[in-house]
Amino acid sequence: MKYEAISAGALDESQTIGTPSTNNSLKMQLRRAERWNRTRAFLLVVPLLLFVGVTFIMPIMDMLHRSIHDPLIVDHLPKTVAALESWDRQQIPEDTTYAVLAQELVSLHKQRDLAKVAGRLNTEFSGMRSLLSKSARGLARLNAGAGLESAADTREAMIRIDARWSDIQPWAAIKNLNSRYTLSYYLAALDMHYDVSGDISAQPERRQIYKALLIKTFAMSALITVLCLLLGYPLAHLLATLPESRSNLLMIMVLLPFWTSLLVRTTSWIVLLQTEGVINDVLISIGLISERIRMVHNLFGTVIAMTHILLPFMVLPLYSVMKNISPSYMRAARSLGAKPAYAFIHIYLPQTLPGIGAGAILTFILSIGFYITPALVGGRSGQMISNFIAYHMQTSLNWGLAAALGGILLGMVLLLYFVYNRLIGINSLKVG
Amino acid sequence: MNKSDTHYVRFLNVQKTYDGENLVVKNFNLDIAQGEFVTMLGPSGSGKTTCLMMLAGFESATQGEIYIDGTPVNNLAPHKRDIGMVFQNYALFPHLTIAENLSFPLKVRKLPKSDIEQRVKRALDMIELPQVAGRRPGQLSGGQQQRVALARALVFEPKLVLMDEPLGALDKQLREQMQYEIKRLHERLGITVLYVTHDQTEALTMSDRIAVFNEGVVQQLASPTELYERPSNAFVAQFIGENNKLSGQVEQINQDSCVVSVEGCSVQALPVNIRQCGEPTTLSIRPERIQINPDASYDNRFDARVLELIYHGDHLRTRVELMNHDQFIVKVPNGAHPLAISKGDQVQVGWHRRDCRALDAMIPGRP
Ligand SMILES: Nc1ncnc2c1ncn2[C@@H]1O[C@H](COP(=O)(O)OP(=O)(O)OP(=O)(O)O)[C@@H](O)[C@H]1O
Ligand SMILES: [Mg+2]
Repeated sequence: MKYEAISAGALDESQTIGTPSTNNSLKMQLRRAERWNRTRAFLLVVPLLLFVGVTFIMPIMDMLHRSIHDPLIVDHLPKTVAALESWDRQQIPEDTTYAVLAQELVSLHKQRDLAKVAGRLNTEFSGMRSLLSKSARGLARLNAGAGLESAADTREAMIRIDARWSDIQPWAAIKNLNSRYTLSYYLAALDMHYDVSGDISAQPERRQIYKALLIKTFAMSALITVLCLLLGYPLAHLLATLPESRSNLLMIMVLLPFWTSLLVRTTSWIVLLQTEGVINDVLISIGLISERIRMVHNLFGTVIAMTHILLPFMVLPLYSVMKNISPSYMRAARSLGAKPAYAFIHIYLPQTLPGIGAGAILTFILSIGFYITPALVGGRSGQMISNFIAYHMQTSLNWGLAAALGGILLGMVLLLYFVYNRLIGINSLKVG
Repeated sequence: MNKSDTHYVRFLNVQKTYDGENLVVKNFNLDIAQGEFVTMLGPSGSGKTTCLMMLAGFESATQGEIYIDGTPVNNLAPHKRDIGMVFQNYALFPHLTIAENLSFPLKVRKLPKSDIEQRVKRALDMIELPQVAGRRPGQLSGGQQQRVALARALVFEPKLVLMDEPLGALDKQLREQMQYEIKRLHERLGITVLYVTHDQTEALTMSDRIAVFNEGVVQQLASPTELYERPSNAFVAQFIGENNKLSGQVEQINQDSCVVSVEGCSVQALPVNIRQCGEPTTLSIRPERIQINPDASYDNRFDARVLELIYHGDHLRTRVELMNHDQFIVKVPNGAHPLAISKGDQVQVGWHRRDCRALDAMIPGRP
């Protein structure tokens, strides 16, 4: 039925050939003819789109949302936040603000919600946790007793409970979180914070960790990528030039790591590299070293193990690019008078750039987000950003900070992608 | 003429095996004079490329010596041989522009920049493509790429140029044009060319001499005329040009004539590589040397029946049945007095003894 309709339409329009509308009607005809194809193509990928949407896009969106969404204080201390709205941060707020906070603290204490609020404020200004719980308890006791007559009384009572209430710092901490959407997690992830006056400033030296960690993660990933490239390039070249029968065997050996669990491979590196391990034994027995060296649970071990694990991701794109480079290019270069090294640098290497780019970007992106291996063999010095994300997800339960760290990681990857696209062009990327 | 003029390139008893079992090239001997255009012609897999690669230095001869200009080159690295080479698939560097492709051999030789520019320009003018300098090979048509490849092989002025089926990928018209162009360049520059093809017309029209290859052995090395007029064995006769084959047995043999019996008929022929009576032989007769309804001056005259007539414009291709052989082709020129024959006619066909060569009884697969 459908096809009949189309051909009938086509017939009509064929009579208008030569008139100015020809072009348009031809386009429409084409569009109509292709509509069904496009619908079918779309229907074919609908399940995948749904799957990707639910399992990939939505979690990422949720994470990005969490990294800036912080409604806890606004929801639990709404009146205090409102009262602090006009506060100028120069001296302690008005007495009524004390009264409002005291009232909200006591009710939070009763509803057993105080711990959450205190915990969040503590990440802004350390000491807030103890201050708030102490004050809430004290105020509750006072309320149960005589009660407080006036706002001024409340202020005095609070300062009596803890002298820190006479400072502006606790108030600044609350005011800094007076909005549902905040950059404070991102600031924390970059070793910065809103200070007492509400401006962005660097964390004190001893509390700075994430910037150094980000730099270390990048440096380690770059090192691993370079190592993978140095090891993988000759291997891929060999794979691409050997006769089929032998290259297959070699290919299996390259792919073998994919067939064993990541956990098994990582733990076997522990067995090999540990102080009482095989490699130390061998080095000692051949007299190369006299004291056992620490090769695992540090940076060295992480780099070694991750290089091993990520090597196939470098080799495969390189291989697929090299496989398509005809040996006659090198021959042509040689016959034109180029020495082998010259021919390699000027003819072969440039043609493998798409493979190098793809392999490097793949390895680099995988390694900046790598978790298991650094967690197992990293020790203290071999930890990467993902280990801290996991820590904040599981131990400190500071999901906002974890999300902000993840967001920064995502941003970096996108930036890398953008730069690559600008420099080399993402279309030249060959992954398989 | 001194020795290195006539023996500019020399293969001496060269053998080559890739796997240690089969000889791809068996006892190959070839001398090429300076300025000569020699073509290696042969079916696929006969070892032509292998010989070229050995000369260029990309494969090593398993046995034997190769000389260029009197010096043995067996252990000379490819980049020191100074041989221009045109590859079957052109092998233009895809990431470089045409100008960069052309300047590559000059840069390698560390020529001054201005010199390079000049030569590249001249090379582009020579192939009549000055406008493509800034393009990449992928943006050129097959014929243009081919010309660039040719220019690249010539731009550093090598004395010897090797071409491996350089026109294989082109259509007929372009091919003929390029054949002419290559030939013209060869004559103008006075270079020595070793050319590989499996197109016999190409070989016949371009070469000074042709080496017909089969199964790693040179079957005949001769000028095109010689090869066509006087093939020395059945493989060559069949490979070059169209050819009627009649299998028979030698009945009588003299110095310059013999009698061969084919299906009970006695055919007068020219003995080429037969030695004694009773030997099996293949008679080879070119279709254009056969006359329909011949006069008495023809030594061979036989009855035949016309099976098929195909009009080719300049000639009429006639298939006749003769001596129980139904694939016998006669080319009748479409001259001023066309023959009036039609399918099913009984006719006489005839040919001279000198046009009927008694060759070896080609055993398939082992000539
Ligand atoms: N690298 C190689 N390893 C093993 N065998 C090879 C190799 N190169 C060629 N051969 C074999 O050597 C024989 C001759 O090959 P060659 O390439 O010289 O043929 P050719 O005459 O150039 O054929 P064509 O006209 O198809 O190009 C073939 O049987 C081929 O299978
Ligand atoms: Mg070949």
